Parts: sequence; C-alpha cells; structure tokens
Amino acid sequence: MALIECKDVSLGYEGKPIVTGLNFEVSEGDYLCIIGENGSGKSTLMKALLGQKSILSGKITFDKSLDRKEIGYLPQQTVVQKDFPACVREIVLSGCLNGCGLRPFYSAAQKRLAEDNMKKLGISDLADKCYRELSGGQQQRVLLARALCATKKLLILDEPVAGLDPVVTRSLYALIKEINENGITVIMVSHDMKASVEYASHILHIGHTPLFFGKKSEYAESDISELFTVSGGDSQ
Amino acid sequence: MIQTLSHYLSFTFVQYALIAGLLISLCASLLGVTLVLKRYSMIGDGLSHVAFGAMSVAAVCSLAPMAVTLPVTIIAAVILLGVNSNGKIKGDAAIAMISVGALAIGYLLMNVFTVSTNISGDVCTTLFGSTSILTLTKSDIVLCCVLAAVVILVYILFYHKIFAVTFDEGFAGATGTNTKLYNNLIAVVTAVVIVLAMNLVGALLVSALIIFPALTAMRVFKSFFSVIIGAAVISVACTLIGLLSAIVFGTPVGSTIVVTDIVVFFIFSVIGKISGRARA
Ligand SMILES: Nc1ncnc2c1ncn2[C@@H]1O[C@H](COP(=O)(O)OP(=O)(O)OP(=O)(O)O)[C@@H](O)[C@H]1O
Ligand SMILES: [Mg+2]
Repeated sequence: MALIECKDVSLGYEGKPIVTGLNFEVSEGDYLCIIGENGSGKSTLMKALLGQKSILSGKITFDKSLDRKEIGYLPQQTVVQKDFPACVREIVLSGCLNGCGLRPFYSAAQKRLAEDNMKKLGISDLADKCYRELSGGQQQRVLLARALCATKKLLILDEPVAGLDPVVTRSLYALIKEINENGITVIMVSHDMKASVEYASHILHIGHTPLFFGKKSEYAESDISELFTVSGGDSQ
Repeated sequence: MIQTLSHYLSFTFVQYALIAGLLISLCASLLGVTLVLKRYSMIGDGLSHVAFGAMSVAAVCSLAPMAVTLPVTIIAAVILLGVNSNGKIKGDAAIAMISVGALAIGYLLMNVFTVSTNISGDVCTTLFGSTSILTLTKSDIVLCCVLAAVVILVYILFYHKIFAVTFDEGFAGATGTNTKLYNNLIAVVTAVVIVLAMNLVGALLVSALIIFPALTAMRVFKSFFSVIIGAAVISVACTLIGLLSAIVFGTPVGSTIVVTDIVVFFIFSVIGKISGRARA
C-alpha cells in the first residue's frame, strides 16, 4: 500500500502552473530523492505534500495510517527573526511537540530523544548557545535535529546538506540512511546527484513536467540522468 | 519616607491595588514576549484603543465596563490577527484604521452622552489611568485576580506550543500543530491582558506595560525561557516600584510605572552592550 500517492498533480502560484502532470507514489520504507534544476518546483512540491500550499489540480492522497503529527520536516529556508532569543535545546525540543498531544510538557523520553538527536548531529556542546549566534551550517544542523525529533513515520528534507561541510555531509547521509533502514520513509530534495543515486531507492526528476520517476537502478540508465550530471558537472 | 509608605500600605485599597497591579503586570510581560517576537506589538496598541472605545460605550450606556470591554476586545483581537495573516489587506493599515477609529468614536461618545461634569477628567482617567487602580472595588479586584490567574495558567500550560508557533509557525504547522488554534488563543489572551492592564495604566499606556519588559529582557537574556522569566521579574519589580512611588509622591500611577519601565530598559540596554562587548 502506498503511503503517499500523487495523481496528475499540478502545482503553481496564483493559478500559473509551475509543474504539471506529476504522477508518483511513495511506499512505506522508500527513500525518494527529488532532483531538478533551480526553480523547477521541488520546494513547492514539498510544501504541497505538507499541506502548506494548495494544489492547482489533481490529487495527493495520504494513506490513513499516516498522520501529519508523524512527519518530520526540514524546510529549505527558515526565516527566523534576527533577534529571536532561543537556545539550541529549546529549538530541538520543539520538534517533539507533535508527540505531546494535549500534554502540556515534554516527557523525560522526549527530552532524551532531543539530547540523542543533538549528539547525532554533533551539536551537544552548543545546546545552551543562542540560535542566532550560530554559523549557517550550525543552524542547519539544529533544524535537522529538530526535524529528526518530529519524525515518526516520514522525514521530508529540502536540501538538508546545503551549507554543511564535507565531513558533516557524509555523516548526515549515513544518518539518514540508518533512519531509513529503521523503517522511516524519507523524501529528500537534493542537488547532490552522486549521493542521491548512491543512497536513494527511488528518484523523481522534475523539470516543468516530470522527467523521470522510478527505481534508481532504472534512473542511472536513463538518458535524462546523464544529461543532468554532465550539465551539472560543467557548472561546478 | 518608609513611615509614609507603611502608613499608606495599611489602607486596604492600596493593598488591593498592589496585588492587582503585580498580577496584571506579570500577565502583561508574559504575553509581551510573544507579541514582540511575533511582531504583533502594533496589534496590542490597536487593541487598547478598541478597549477604550468599548469602555466609553459601556460608560455611556452605564453598563459594567468589563462586561462590554472584554468581549469587544476579544473579537477585535481575533479579527485583527486574521487580517494580519491574510496578507491580502495591508495589516498595519487595518490596525491603524481600527485603532484610531475606536479612539475617535470613544471620545465622541463620552463627550456627547456623558452625564458627568468633568468630561476631560474622565477621558484622561481612561486614557492614562490616572488613579483608577486605586479606586477599584473589592469585586473588581477579585475579577482582575481571577482573570490574571487564568492568563498565567493558560500561558504555563501552553508554553511549549506558544514557543513553537512563535519561533517557526511554518514548521509547527507542517508537523501537525494546529497553529490557527494557538494563534487565536494568543489573540484572546492578549485581549484579556489588555483589558486588565487598562485598569492599571490606562488605555494609551497599555502597550508600554506589555512591550517594555520583553524588550528589556531581550537586551540581556539569550534563551526564550530566560527572557520570559526575566521579563516577568522586571515587569513585576517595575510595577512595584512605580506604584509605590506614585503613592508616595502623588504622581499618576500609569505614567510612573511606565517611566520606571523605560529607565530599566535603558539600564539593561547598557548592560547588554557592555556584556556583549566584553564577550567579543
Ligand atoms: N511564493 C511564491 N510566489 C510566486 N512564485 C513562487 C513562489 N515561490 C516560488 N515561486 C516560483 O515557483 C517556481 C518553483 O519554486 P521552488 O521553490 O519550488 O523551486 P525549487 O525547485 O525548490 O528550486 P531550488 O532548487 O532553487 O530550491 C520558481 O520559478 C519560483 O519563481
Ligand atoms: Mg527549493
């Protein structure tokens, strides 16, 4: 049974379509990588999946077993006010909120989860630091830890490695793979073709129309992947 | 001076004023942090004017002021918040319109229909709260205390949810938190606090009571929790000092409290600058 099913979905702003004819499904335990050039509508698709943006036409169906409260999310951009006072621990812990229900405070297990996730991302020593005084990469890791805290069934990541150094990037990929192997479905937007092909189980490549959707083994053989790798390689 | 003070403190109406004043300023500072961080300071200001308008209507129709002001302000708060998040209509223009409109209507009503001979005195009292906190009756005080206690309780129970929707509404919504519900909760509680605070400092100075402690705490503290606690302590301390000096020196209560807030704000700004430079 598919966890998420997209049928003939069109996305756009103010009635003007950006992507049309999206057809794909995500099953439990999949690791889907979404790739495509800048402005092709990847982030828009993520927002539509999360219900933050209405779709122009078509249908996105969530399986009954999947509740919004079980989704972890890392947005591509988080605009946090310049002067917001919040320490790292408070922010990471706020990811656990969707598990609280009506309970007003966090349980000991949730606090442990937050500490574990901070450790996994190597930010334990920053726990009491003020968020706005961190570097861009450190902030990204804080938001990742928060996303992990919120994840119960599905993890949606919009360019998680943007701004991370190579060492952290590699350990992050390993971490996401491990999470995926523990049964959590992962949907990730990435410009890192090599890593996508290496780790993902499925690939969705979008231009203004969907160019490819399928298993990664099929993708590696398709023409479109070559085109993108070559043109992507040139620009670097 | 201590003798004068203890003499005044032996009056029950002064004790009432102190209790109510401290509770109100505690509520105001808690909500203030959220309002400042959500960029809702202007909404708070607009709401206080709406509350003033509603109060004049109550005065003209000789109804109990709280019974009219509270629901009207709550409705206005929910509407203003909706307008602000809608994005289609310019939020700040709508707020300015409503707040100035309410002010004008309120003054007009008071002027035309009032039975009292001292109109400007009445208006001045409602706008600047000259002495109103000292004239509260026992039932007013009880109502104030109950409402303040409810606000504080709601804030504690929803503290983590309020933090989440204040820090990153997008993430909270995407991961299944009902952001609309909590935004409306914040709006309702804000309205209650504003109506309460009007009794202490008057309609025009309400925003000062709400905003200054939050801004002051943000100069120095770096985590949300410490800012909340800091703002609460600062607010209560300023109100205590302001209220007592107003009683002793016979100055107007509202403006004395706000001036105390301002002085403390500048002291903390300097501390923040110095400690920031020391660390760098
Ligand atoms: N709020 C908005 N209003 C109008 N148009 C928008 C808005 N946000 C994005 N767009 C347009 O939608 C298109 C897709 O944007 P989207 O953010 O989904 O791209 P993306 O695939 O995530 O790109 P990137 O690789 O740069 O992250 C872009 O052409 C952009 O100009
Ligand atoms: Mg994007």
